[in-house]
Order: sequence, then structure tokens, then C-alpha cells
Amino acid sequence: MPLPRTEVDATTPKYLRDKYAIVGVGETTYTRGSGRTTRALGTWAVRNAILDAGLKASDIDGMLDYSGGDSTSATFIAGDLGIRVNYFMDVVGGGSSTEALVGIAIGLIEAGCCKTVAIFRSMNGYSQVRIGGTGARSAAPVMGDMLHNRTYGWQSAGQNFAPTFMRHMYDYGTRPEQVAMVKVAHSHHASNNSKAYYKRRYTIDDVLSSRFICKPLHLLDCCVETDNATAIIVTSAERARDMKQPLVLIRGVVGRCSKPRLDMHYQHGPISTVAGYYAKNILWPNSGVGPEDIDVTGSYDAFTFTTMLQLEDYGFCKKGEGGEYVSSGAIQLGGRRPNNTSGGHLCEGYTHGMNMVIENVRQLRHDADDSCPIGPDGKRRHTFDYSEGGCRQVRDVEVSANLGWANPATASSMVMRRGW
Amino acid sequence: MPVRGEYLGMALTIDDLDVENLEYFRHCAEHDFHLQACAQCGRLRYPPTTACPWCMSLESTWKPVEGKGTVHSYSEVHHAIQPAFRGKTPYLILLVDLDTQKGEPTPDEALRVAGNLTTADGQLAPAEMVRRVGIGTRVRMVFSDAGPGLALPQWTIDETATQPERPWRYPQE
Repeated sequence: MPLPRTEVDATTPKYLRDKYAIVGVGETTYTRGSGRTTRALGTWAVRNAILDAGLKASDIDGMLDYSGGDSTSATFIAGDLGIRVNYFMDVVGGGSSTEALVGIAIGLIEAGCCKTVAIFRSMNGYSQVRIGGTGARSAAPVMGDMLHNRTYGWQSAGQNFAPTFMRHMYDYGTRPEQVAMVKVAHSHHASNNSKAYYKRRYTIDDVLSSRFICKPLHLLDCCVETDNATAIIVTSAERARDMKQPLVLIRGVVGRCSKPRLDMHYQHGPISTVAGYYAKNILWPNSGVGPEDIDVTGSYDAFTFTTMLQLEDYGFCKKGEGGEYVSSGAIQLGGRRPNNTSGGHLCEGYTHGMNMVIENVRQLRHDADDSCPIGPDGKRRHTFDYSEGGCRQVRDVEVSANLGWANPATASSMVMRRGW
Repeated sequence: MPVRGEYLGMALTIDDLDVENLEYFRHCAEHDFHLQACAQCGRLRYPPTTACPWCMSLESTWKPVEGKGTVHSYSEVHHAIQPAFRGKTPYLILLVDLDTQKGEPTPDEALRVAGNLTTADGQLAPAEMVRRVGIGTRVRMVFSDAGPGLALPQWTIDETATQPERPWRYPQE
């Protein structure tokens, strides 16, 4: 009997490499208690991205967004900004959607449906719908398939992913103090980012002495919940060349690539392997680069463990050596390959993946918005002094990778490079 | 007819359209564990589904399956999210490899059945029992009743089995 497990070759002709670009990025402040609707936040973020690109409303003719019923449709955001769209769609989803929607945007432009696409995520993730399933959602009625999980107090993201995290420690001897280094690194980055919700630098001890949420997760292994909207603008490289910002080209995209048995992926082991294991076989060939070529990563940090697992399964280190890799100094500013230089979800704010893409676009422009002085030409003079409150720019960064996560069984990713 | 029950104050409902779950929990209500066996390839599957995830066949029969296995992974919850579990911490969420069909059809696959660690009569385990269980612990299935016509599969330490000298537990207690 043929198993539906055969490796599928999803690599594309290489002509799509460098044919599309991210030309604008924008966000709101990262807050708790925005005091505004998701419609207002989304409008604000998309407007910021359009202005960042040096475009006007009439230059945008496509709009995509994602949510879990906790946001406002493109119908309203486009209308409020005076954008008449040739293609718009609201997609259901959280983490992993950013890179996946970049893939859709490329396909739409390639198919002639539209020319320039704004992608946004708007959420009051603290003051309205809390992603951890707390608040009103925690007492929702338990129906049908949920009887196999919620009845066991197995509901929140941390509870859901914990068996993968725990089994990784068992399979490979990964230690709590190694994984805690993800929080340490990202908090150091956030201390150099005035936008970050948490700017304090944390130590391994801080992480390990914070209270347990669900083992192996301490409070400080978990990301922050915030209110914010984020947006990016995708168009063809051809159009991008005439635009305001330094060119940031898309080399390759993977969208929501899954492990077998997506609905109940724990049936198919090893459960300490995540979907990046499959996604890497699309990402690297399509991008024409490998992990060794990447200067900066944005590995989704809903939890410290998610960053580690993805870096490992995409091949930034050998399988099982993720703990060693994230605690080696490599992922910290000044290290071999910094990860989440804005502070990511653990410190900057929770956006379901988009702030890590925004940060890498700024890194590739060599324009991380840190406190370095701005010269007479309007460009930052980066000092590359990464001490607290200092520089956040990675030196000479040319190529980045974003590794998006929805759950252990679902991965999206994207390689971008600095254009010329 | 939909099945309704209550467990730890949570209202549980299985809709009358949800024929696979209705059948699964009907057996559980009798404290009898059954899984679907594919009529075409013969493999058992968990949780209940409409098609066989290995061969897409829509035909299956319900077969009794022995509720014995080994803890494959777990989480120990200290901060409850749902109101039902407040005051019940710490509790264990277990993923248990059934002995039946373990390592089939590929070496890393198993019927991994979720449940909490409970006492032999299906009550959430006390903290002292939670501390004795980790990866490798041998467990047996018991049931928590959730009203007439509904019960949930759970796991308790199999006191008659040979246990590992020390099951693997997260290093920080």
C-alpha cells in the first residue's frame, strides 16, 4: 500500500529568485492596552509601511492579512486608506502566516492578479483576544475533537508543544540552561531596541528561577502578549528598483509546510523533529543558498524552544545540537549568526511572526532603527557596539533567513538578500 | 442524538453528526478502549478519523485494543489555563505509546494516546504520584466518567509492570 509519506519535490525553477522584493515595512507601537481597535491599528501599520516604501495608496492594489477571528478584514483597512484593491483576501492563521502570505503575494503578482501587495497582521493580543487561550477563551465549551485534548488541560500553545520540547531534552540531552540562552540573547537585542516591550537584559538564572508554566517552560521561556499591528509591502524587483529604500530581494519562500499527520502529528515521530526538517528541502534549493550562507536569522520565538528546534532542523547545526548552538554565542549580536535582533516575540512584541521579517528587512537595508547617530545624509552611523542601549545592526549583513512556526508540525520560511 | 457530559465542571458535547467520535466515546463509556481498524490495510488509528491516514480507505471496524503502554513524552502543568484545572496543579499531560502497533508502519510511529496521569479510579493524580512518572514509565488505561454515556481515557501507573529504575524527568523539580 503506498504511504502518503513520499518526499514531495516542491522546488521551483530558479528564475523566481530575486524577482520579488519587500519594499516597505511598518508597525504600530508594541503595547499592552492599545486603547484602539484592530481596525485602527491595522490602518496605522499599513499606512506606515506604504510611507516607508515611499508609495501612495493608489500604488497598492493587493491586500492580504491573517488572523484567528481576532482582527479586522482587509475590506476595512483598504477602504479606510483609500486603496482600491484588485485582489484581497483574509486568511485564517497565526504563526507561519507571514512567509506563507509572501509566497501567495508572489504567486498573485506572477499570475497578473495585482502588482503590489500589502500584508498585515493586526491584533490586540493582550487586551482583547489572548493567544495563550486565557481569559474568556479558557472556559469555552469543549466539543467534538477537543475531547481528545482540552479535557486533559491540554489547550494552550505551551501545553500543546511541550511534549516535543520535553522529548528533545530526552532524545539529545538538551539542558534547561542551554535553552534559556535564547531568552538571554533576545533580551540583549531588545535592550538596543527602543520599540521593544521588554527592554531589560535577562540572565540564565532569571529564566531558570522564574516560575514554571508547564514543564519544560518557565515563565521567561514564553513570549510576551502584546497589542500591535505590523505590515509589509511586496512587489516585483523590477518596480522595487525605482523605489525609496535599498533593495531587499526575496530568494525563496516556503509556506506552511507540514509534518505527516498534521492534525495529530505526535503519531508520527520522531516528535523531537519539527516541520523545518521538511521545509529546508524547499527553502535552500529554491534560494540557492544554504545555512552557512546566512548572516542573520529570524527564528520564531513563541518559546525559547521553538527558536532552537527550528535552527536545528533547518541545518544551522547538527540534529540534536540545538542546545549547544543557541548557547554558544552564535545567535547573539556580535556572534556568528545573530537571531531575532529586535528581541523577537520573547521581548519586542507578539505579532505572529511579522516583526521578525520587518527586522530582517531593516537589517538588510543596513538600517536597524537603533540609537546610533544619524549622519547629515540621513543615514545611521552604526557603531557595532552592542552594549546595552547601543547598536543593533549586524555588520555587513547580506543574506537573512526567517523561520516561521505555527506548531511543531507547521513551518514557513523565507530567505531574503540585500539587493544591488 | 448528541452526547453531553460534564467533567471537572467543563460541559462536553459530541454532536450527532460526529459519528466517529460518538462511536469512540461510546466504547469509552463502557470502560472499554476501541480504535478503528482500517478495512483495507488493517492498521489501527488514533484519534478517530473518517479516512485511513495510510491508505485513504473510508471503511473501518472498531476493534478492542489493550490499554497498556509506555510514556513517550509529557508536560507537567504548574499554571493552569482553564478554570477546570485551577487548584489541580501540578498535573501531568501524558503521551503514551501503546504496545499495540508500536513502531509500525515506520520505526518512529506509534499510537500515541493522550491522557492525564490519574489514580486507578480516574481522579487526577496527587503531587506525590506525579513526581514518580516520566518518560519510560509503564502505564495502563483507566477511565474518568463524565456523565451517562461518556468517559475519558486516562493513564495510571501500571503497578504490575516492570518499571524502569528511574523514568526520565525534567532535571529541575
